[in-house]
Amino acid sequence: MSAVSATALSKRDAVALGCFALAVGVILVLANALTSDAIENNVQQRFNAALTEVLPADYFDNDIKLSPLTFEDTTQLKTRTVYRGWNNNAPAAVVISTHTPDGYSGRIDMLIGLTYDSEVTGVRVLNHKETPGLGDDIEIRKSDWILSFNGKQLDAGLRWEVKRDGGDFDQFTGATITPRAIVREVRQTIEWFAQHRQQIYSTK
Amino acid sequence: MTTSTNNTAWQQGLWHNNPALVQLLGLCPLLAVSNSTINGLALGLATMLTLIISNSVVSATRHWLIYEIRIPVFVLLISGIVTTIGLLMNAFAHQLYLQLGIFIPLIITNCTILARAESFASRNPLRLAIKDGFSHGIGFALVLLAMGAIRELIGEGTLFAQAHLLFGALAGTEPLLSLSTDRGLLVAVLPPGAFIVLGLLIALKNVLDQNALDSKSQRLNHTTDVTSTGTV
Repeated sequence: MSAVSATALSKRDAVALGCFALAVGVILVLANALTSDAIENNVQQRFNAALTEVLPADYFDNDIKLSPLTFEDTTQLKTRTVYRGWNNNAPAAVVISTHTPDGYSGRIDMLIGLTYDSEVTGVRVLNHKETPGLGDDIEIRKSDWILSFNGKQLDAGLRWEVKRDGGDFDQFTGATITPRAIVREVRQTIEWFAQHRQQIYSTK
Repeated sequence: MTTSTNNTAWQQGLWHNNPALVQLLGLCPLLAVSNSTINGLALGLATMLTLIISNSVVSATRHWLIYEIRIPVFVLLISGIVTTIGLLMNAFAHQLYLQLGIFIPLIITNCTILARAESFASRNPLRLAIKDGFSHGIGFALVLLAMGAIRELIGEGTLFAQAHLLFGALAGTEPLLSLSTDRGLLVAVLPPGAFIVLGLLIALKNVLDQNALDSKSQRLNHTTDVTSTGTV
């Protein structure tokens, strides 16, 4: 191939390429239309499942997903999204979507379920990049560790640190940073909720 | 390459010209996703499907192909196929899609697919192109599967853990094989383990090839004077 033919794109070539792009585009639009409902459904289902895991359905009687609120935590410099549950029109329990930047490999997203009196009903990690085999014991499918938060409160004489730091929560063999980040974030979230729960529930 | 003997196409893709073990193409997904058997098998199947479809379309349209724009056309085509497969997986195998994550769209950048479109499918009839897609796709998928199995077995002590992600209710939630509840040799599931296992697989293939060559030349030595050059 000479250099001339490599640079000289004719009008015919451009039109052909354009037609081809259009054809592929049409196929993609069709594929998207065919799958978008199922995908939306999957995302919803996954989120619902996570919600039910951290806060069992018998804690509330409203549609908890209906009006989530997002709050800025000015001391922690992060935002948390709160899903509010009512029972007989009385504030009952919340699910808080939050994150910590302090994982061994960065950000860890989690859901925390709390009763109105700040008792933990469940914690789940949604996304993380922790080391497989070391830090990923925070996932429920790898270990029961995340269940150790269930029923815990702030003022029960409980030290909210991992054992390495003189607390009551287990760390993992070879991995302290990951569980430390999660224990601290759960504690800070409870403290934040305890301080702001009236404001959270009075917001329309 | 235009030979039409049945065996050659299969031998090329599966062994002599294996995308992963000989051409060393598509290493990024190969090394990153092969940390468990199911991950390896799933990405291998997705890549194979892409390769077969792309080979078929390229071969079927080869007479209208304009030489100057063939590369952008191939890339566009492969992107379209992979995006569609990604959408379908997201819709019908959602957990698996989440698990494989970025490596589904990255199938587009697997050079094996573009290489087969350019060097084979655009020059051969449909039937041969499909066979070529199958043989190279299976060759790549088998290496992914083997690496996933070896790394999972050494690293976690299990085989086919979380098979339900791929096979749904057909497979239980328990691994097919579980050696112990203890952790295995962790390095196997970490990135260095990927390089080590791939290196060992390539070495094994070369040893097998060398042995085959040696015994062949021994047999031939009785009659003719063949010298093996040792290229494998």
